[in-house]
Amino acid sequence: MTIEANIPTLPPLSAQSGNLRPILEWLARRAEPVAISLGAILAGLALFSIFITVVGKSPIDLFKLMYTGGFGSWFSIQNSLSRAAPLLLTALCVALPARLGLVIIGGEGAVVLGGVAAAAAALPLTGSVSPIIVLPVMAIAGMIMGGIWIGMVGVLRHYRGVNETIASLLMAYIAIALMNHFIEGPLRDPASLNKPSTTPLPADYMLGNIPGMDVNWGLVIGILACIVSWILIEATSFGFAARIAGGNVRAAQIQGLPVGRLIVGFTALAGSFAGLAGMVEVAAVQGSANASLAAGYGYTGILVAFLARHNPLAIIPVAILLGGIDASGGLIQRRMGLPDATVLVLQGTLFVVILFCETFYGRFKIFNPDLWKRTA
Amino acid sequence: MEGIGIWGVPLAIFAGAIRVSTPFIFVSLGESITERSGRINLGLEGTLVFGAMTAYAVAVMSNSPWLGVLAAMATGAVFGLIHGFICKFPKVNDIAIGIAMMQFGLGLAFFLGKPFIQPVAPHLPSIALGGWSSSPQIQSALNINVLFIIGALLAVALWWAFKNTRVGLILRVVGDSSDAARAMGLNPDTARLLATAVGGSLAAVGGAYLSLFYPGSWNEGISSGQGLMAVALVIFARWNPIGCFLAALLFGGAGALGPALQSVGVTQGYYLFYAAPYVLTLVILVVTSSPTRSLAGAPGALSITK
Repeated sequence: MTIEANIPTLPPLSAQSGNLRPILEWLARRAEPVAISLGAILAGLALFSIFITVVGKSPIDLFKLMYTGGFGSWFSIQNSLSRAAPLLLTALCVALPARLGLVIIGGEGAVVLGGVAAAAAALPLTGSVSPIIVLPVMAIAGMIMGGIWIGMVGVLRHYRGVNETIASLLMAYIAIALMNHFIEGPLRDPASLNKPSTTPLPADYMLGNIPGMDVNWGLVIGILACIVSWILIEATSFGFAARIAGGNVRAAQIQGLPVGRLIVGFTALAGSFAGLAGMVEVAAVQGSANASLAAGYGYTGILVAFLARHNPLAIIPVAILLGGIDASGGLIQRRMGLPDATVLVLQGTLFVVILFCETFYGRFKIFNPDLWKRTA
Repeated sequence: MEGIGIWGVPLAIFAGAIRVSTPFIFVSLGESITERSGRINLGLEGTLVFGAMTAYAVAVMSNSPWLGVLAAMATGAVFGLIHGFICKFPKVNDIAIGIAMMQFGLGLAFFLGKPFIQPVAPHLPSIALGGWSSSPQIQSALNINVLFIIGALLAVALWWAFKNTRVGLILRVVGDSSDAARAMGLNPDTARLLATAVGGSLAAVGGAYLSLFYPGSWNEGISSGQGLMAVALVIFARWNPIGCFLAALLFGGAGALGPALQSVGVTQGYYLFYAAPYVLTLVILVVTSSPTRSLAGAPGALSITK
């Protein structure tokens, strides 16, 4: 971090307090996002408590149930982790383009089409080809489909100047219509009567659970994707160029950075993660592509990414937290008689408060070493 | 379809255009006011659904649909005020706040609207302009809701007001340059706050139309993205209220394509026609956008066109 840290000899006693300064400065800069995010979450929970009190229920009971339902037992922890798995991937679909200054909110489209593509790719192979080959083929099909879908948003943004937020959302609606077309028409399994689906995967072709847990491999895939994304952004020249372009597009262009390729590359990669989430949903949960693919993972992923401030490593705990809140929804509904939308209200409140708290960055002297008094 | 045969398709599209377009008209007129002031409110989808819920709930309890519309307008204004208030602070991104307000509005509407899914609310009145015809299809197609007519009049009134009134001038100055507005002694934040509130209350009227006339019931799937498409529609209409009205009719027609084809017995691939309004919006955005110049007629302070 600093040159002083490399001085090998022990400094005199009087200067030692001065040498703590770089560490304190480093801590202060790192503490700012953590402190402001935690403060925002607490403020959001406080507002939500007021709301729950107004509708005549006890917020204390509610938070206790949320803890029980999300993290209170091994069973509920596994449930929360299962729900967090797709959120890890859909949050990356928001966080990666956000590093370039793009707000992409249509990850849901890449999830559903990725799922349909994965199911379609498996159809001609199951039975004759080993699952060890079929599952990677499904993953690649889902990733390519999702990558093309969101990459198209990047292409439209860079080469046509189309607003990426609106374009990605419109494409999510188009994707859901396409999915309905395929699962009701060309890809429909005639045996699926009430719920149109593609032909189900045979049991031995399903992506199984992590040994010793009732959580499927999607969790591992999601965590790996977050780590790879973090390395990509923080430790490669590609990621460095993206951060420059996200800070100032003009400056990046003057520097000769390939802004167009960065935008298309990042959006395509983001979309391929969302497409992978669709594949996992088909191969590990549903067994076939059907309307359950549009379960809103893409939309919750937006909240996860913003809460994590688009940092891929921070996405992991945030996704698990939101997975837990999501998992407790059923318990809250049964025990307290509150509607299932209670979780949505909490998420919306947190989302608004977190974004509002962006305004506090740089306002507190304690987090800004440049404003500290020169001591020693 | 006896009596009018194949003419049923264009008639159904025409009738659908009028029926389906009304929410688009109100949301896009509201958003055109907000965007003219230099701010974008992407949260109108949430405002619309919350407005639909409020209007339905108040209409059920008071037995008056118009009271429902007024209540929806009030809640829409509150949502707009919250959005406008938060965006006033530095470093707050108005697009992201819009997404958050959308999720918040949807969640709150589903939460509070749960008890109102069952009861039946009185509908808004419509005017039967098809009495001259003996064909029931034509009669029902020309059964035009009062809100559609109000929306059409409002579009003309806004178009005139932007050009000819002091309020219209203030909005345009604030939207084009915060600095110029301050030099004139105007407070851009206050102007945008009020413009967002008015935009929210109009969007909520669009929601009231959904729950109180067509489809005329309250449930969690009442909106299919009308609030968001309206934002894109305002860009297509170049922030011109009359353009918004015409674009809304076009979108309504595209939205009516799927059901119209289904009603004459097209069973293959009609799901693809449900995507027509979204594809149309996207195509229009692609055609009208440009990577090099900002859009003609765009308010200078608007973040979405940069």
